[in-house]
Amino acid sequence: MPKALRHVLFTLVPVVVAFALLPSVYSNQLLLFNFVIYLALTQGFNIIYGFTGYLPFGYVGFFGAGAYGFALAVMHLHFPPLAALGVGAVAAVLLGLVLTPLLRLSGAYFAIANLAASQAVFLIVSNPNLTAITKGPYGISLSGVFSPGFTYGVAVAILAATLGLVIYLRNSRFGLALQAIREDAISAGMAGINVVLSRTIAWLLSALVAGLVGGVFAWYISVFYPETVFDLGVSIFAIVFALFGGTATILGPILGVIILYGIYNVIGISTPQYFQLIYGVLIVGLVLFLPEGLVSIFKRRGIDVP
Amino acid sequence: MTAELLEAQGLEAAYGRVQVLWGAGLSVRERETVVLLGANGAGKTTLLKVLMGLIAASAGEVRFQGQDITRLRTDRRVRLGIVYMSETSGFPGLTIAENIRIGGQFVGAAELRRRTAELYTVFPALAERRRALASSLSGGQRKMLGVAKALAAGPKLLVMDEPSAGLSPLFVKEVIHVLARFREQGLSLLIAEQNVKFLELADRVYTLDGGRIGFAGTVPQMRADDAIRRAYFGLK
Repeated sequence: MPKALRHVLFTLVPVVVAFALLPSVYSNQLLLFNFVIYLALTQGFNIIYGFTGYLPFGYVGFFGAGAYGFALAVMHLHFPPLAALGVGAVAAVLLGLVLTPLLRLSGAYFAIANLAASQAVFLIVSNPNLTAITKGPYGISLSGVFSPGFTYGVAVAILAATLGLVIYLRNSRFGLALQAIREDAISAGMAGINVVLSRTIAWLLSALVAGLVGGVFAWYISVFYPETVFDLGVSIFAIVFALFGGTATILGPILGVIILYGIYNVIGISTPQYFQLIYGVLIVGLVLFLPEGLVSIFKRRGIDVP
Repeated sequence: MTAELLEAQGLEAAYGRVQVLWGAGLSVRERETVVLLGANGAGKTTLLKVLMGLIAASAGEVRFQGQDITRLRTDRRVRLGIVYMSETSGFPGLTIAENIRIGGQFVGAAELRRRTAELYTVFPALAERRRALASSLSGGQRKMLGVAKALAAGPKLLVMDEPSAGLSPLFVKEVIHVLARFREQGLSLLIAEQNVKFLELADRVYTLDGGRIGFAGTVPQMRADDAIRRAYFGLK
């Protein structure tokens, strides 16, 4: 069996089927929806960080751009929600295009510049002078398109597409080229890889995923504030989940979300003090013993992790 | 008379205000091995980097198979068939098999399988550890991987910057042996070296001195030249 097919069967299919069926046996759909959102967002982050090596602290900027792209298209252009979702995706990709010069930076410089960029977008969107367009700090209300059942399905479809994209990267020459860039951009150029084009594509794909996820999030909750969709906590969750599970794999980010977001929901809301403690212990333990993430337990034993 | 593969003329290059190349030029013909000798700081690496497009030339031109490639981006040159192997041309965080696959990414799947199999026969040490990360290899093996990765691309011309640096004499012998094998198959080589052992492979030799080509000729001509002999063979 080709490796890519195995990856589809053992990662994409079970995750997507599980989240497609769970609402019929478990009533807290919002919780399931949030899992789907984070599963997709973490994989989107995986594309740019895990494969290409750029750490975008302001990743939430694309999520917010997607959410506002969706909301503005619904409010001002009266687009049907699915078309508005496309506008959200385009908004995130355009923001990604504007930010492509940042890819000339590396390491912490890139992370900080990207963080600043996402804050700049947040400040523009929440500017009271733009209330006529963005509703400024007063937030968005889109009661007309509220349809949680259908929206949940769209979110699962976005997750499936994202997982498919990451499986492609894990098994293709393009994905390998991205990893070569992550390792050493100059050597990658010397191996015949078009570094600038490849990393730009990875960056825009990553933005596209976050834009779609942001759009579907706006659609699902339909009432939100700029602080909700530009919350740095979203970036940090996506980063921590991916690193915890292990980047540049398909399985790692999935495990990270299921375990850490699971813990967050089990105890994080009822007893936040213990949650912080347990989170801290888990992360310190990971940094000390498994800096490459959970999946490195298998990798070290020579097992090929999907 | 065989055709010229690579031709460079009048190359000048500088790092800021420090000019390193002063009108250097050389040529490599098809199926020919050319060794570029020069002391540290003579400009060997700079010359190779200009040939590869890693440093822009301020004057002069580079042609490959008659095509002007002076302003061509590095990755495009690689696709034309000029592959560069420097000291650090390997991806430590990827496995050996992945490194070789990156090298051979523009070769068809069947051809890449054939080449990889051949490379594993030539470098049994790499074959044994193909699933291991490149960072787990010793310095000498890393160099072998660099050679294997470069050869996987099926280049017309392999440009090497001091392949012997940091290698034991035994490894140097092995590298020379492997290169000789691929030369038989039609590979051209341009090797910048200080180690005169590589002259075994050479059809022609250039010496680079202060950013200018000093001597150009065959190995016997070179051995006959007293000044060169003193400089590079340490003979009286």
